[in-house]
Amino acid sequence: MRRGVVTCDDAGVMADRTTIRDTAPLAPEEPVPPRLTRPVEGRLVAGVAQAAATQLGLDPVVLRLAFVLLTVLDGIGAVAYAALWMFTPREPYEGREPARDWSQLAAYAAIGLALLALGWLTGASAGGIGAWPIAVGGIGSLILWQQADPDRRQRWVSTTVGQVRRNRVRTFAGLVLVVVGAIGFLAANNELGKARPGIVFTLVVVGGVALIAAPWLAGLWKELQRERRERIRQEERAEVAAHVHDSVLHTLTLIQRNVHDAREVMRLARSQERELRNWLYQPKQDADISLAAAVRRVAAEEEDAHGVPIEVVCVGDRPLTPELSAMMQAARQAMVNAAKYSGSSVVSVYAEAEPEEVTVFVRDRGAGFVMEEVPADRMGIRQSIIGRMERNGGGARVRTAPGEGTEVMLTMKVEKT
Amino acid sequence: MSAVRVLIVDDHRLFRSGVRAELGDSVEVIGEAEDVESAVAAIADLRPDVVLLDVHMPGGGGQEVLRRVLGSGSQVRFLALSVSDAAEDVIGVIRGGARGYVTKTISGRELTDAIRRVADGDAVFSPRLAGFVLDAFASSEAPPIDPELDSLTQREREVLRLIARGYAYKEIAKELFISVKTVETHVSSVLRKLQLSNRHELSRWATARRLV
Repeated sequence: MRRGVVTCDDAGVMADRTTIRDTAPLAPEEPVPPRLTRPVEGRLVAGVAQAAATQLGLDPVVLRLAFVLLTVLDGIGAVAYAALWMFTPREPYEGREPARDWSQLAAYAAIGLALLALGWLTGASAGGIGAWPIAVGGIGSLILWQQADPDRRQRWVSTTVGQVRRNRVRTFAGLVLVVVGAIGFLAANNELGKARPGIVFTLVVVGGVALIAAPWLAGLWKELQRERRERIRQEERAEVAAHVHDSVLHTLTLIQRNVHDAREVMRLARSQERELRNWLYQPKQDADISLAAAVRRVAAEEEDAHGVPIEVVCVGDRPLTPELSAMMQAARQAMVNAAKYSGSSVVSVYAEAEPEEVTVFVRDRGAGFVMEEVPADRMGIRQSIIGRMERNGGGARVRTAPGEGTEVMLTMKVEKT
Repeated sequence: MSAVRVLIVDDHRLFRSGVRAELGDSVEVIGEAEDVESAVAAIADLRPDVVLLDVHMPGGGGQEVLRRVLGSGSQVRFLALSVSDAAEDVIGVIRGGARGYVTKTISGRELTDAIRRVADGDAVFSPRLAGFVLDAFASSEAPPIDPELDSLTQREREVLRLIARGYAYKEIAKELFISVKTVETHVSSVLRKLQLSNRHELSRWATARRLV
């Protein structure tokens, strides 16, 4: 009992430990400066403007207008917004999230569109147009980001931060490339005739981004793999724990309650042992379609019903047919007789499926009897075993003598598989 | 006849003392060991006639003990005693050199018989092991590479079937009108085939049974 309980507790402790380890990176122990967080309440898009406003001591409206203006001018506002969105953790918020104030959002969108239209009408250089795809792409990926569950996002962020810390030189070089490329790209854009440098700088930008992102993506991938493995392990552990709890612990409790009934204790122990063995070692077979599984099931049921161990050995297997099902019923009757009347302490069942024949032996070392002395009206052997086998095209033979035990042999011809 | 000297190797102390009590005075238990290291040391030290070997133990289990002891040329005889019914374990420990395999539910009297038999150089097959062997040798479609080692004779098959049906050696002898000694010879011959046959089917069969 103790062993079982300890095992169960262990599983619980292990699970706890895992949880703790998972969350550990999110709650570093050294004091950190108050971090920028995006509030949920009062946000319009993601709460970035509000967050920045709190940090700078300004009204969020100022920052919102600034983002809109910068976006209309050259798209950089959207990019900045996206970057802040990505790197600013969301403020923890419990309960139902309040809805966004769509009318306000619409107002800002109207301002943005108006400015854009104004710029277009006045023919002012809409330098921002070139940055629009970037902004759209950024927002798209952020929506994806937003879809990921908070835990995973936190882990992504922590991996990224770790990556950046570890690869300072690399990140710095990448950033320099991105900045140089971006400046060059915009500069080249102003002189439309020189498309070539534009392409060159685009490549530089892409190279820079790749340089920064590659280790991050690799880390992310590894992280996802680790997470997946861990989840599988946890699921397996949970399954084992659940199984042990439902079966072994339950039986052990029952055994303690029945200590004075030796027969019941034996029955419980055997039944549990069988169940555990099946779970650990037996291939999963369907007792409705497999002969071997059917023999095991019948034996298990009769063992439970009569409290006498029934040892089963199966050689070969084949699909269950109606004839073989009838044979199983005959075998069941033989097992019942052996368990109930023979007084034998154990019953042996042997089933063999050969290509053209199936044989089942049920044997006990009990009292035995004289076949001729069995009253004609006793249904057990004559009807349920011999009669049933013959009706289904098989045969049954009973070997017994007083004091020598009994062996019932059932045979059934089958079509060659 | 002097008493058979037995070493019990099992990592469960409770089980070791249980076996000791069940065996009583019928054999001489000269020691116990609880893991691979102590088992190897005790076998070298005490030179038992028969080692009762648990299959699952820390440090590599019974198979590791067999590998290290028999690999060093020792003639000590092993009888595997386990709760496991997994084909892989049963076949594995026999192929590793054990001369018999019985499950822990065996009665004290049967265990004493099995120990004596192993001490005499014979083999001990539980009904389940007999079933496994029949299954393994029957399951091959491929023609045997070495007919002498890779297939069972009709007589061996009959003997194994009777063991699987729960017959004792004496009952088998009576049933087949042969002597107990002949039954033992057949079983030993099956054991030899089981250990020496190079058929891949054996191990593959054992693995497949676990995986299906």
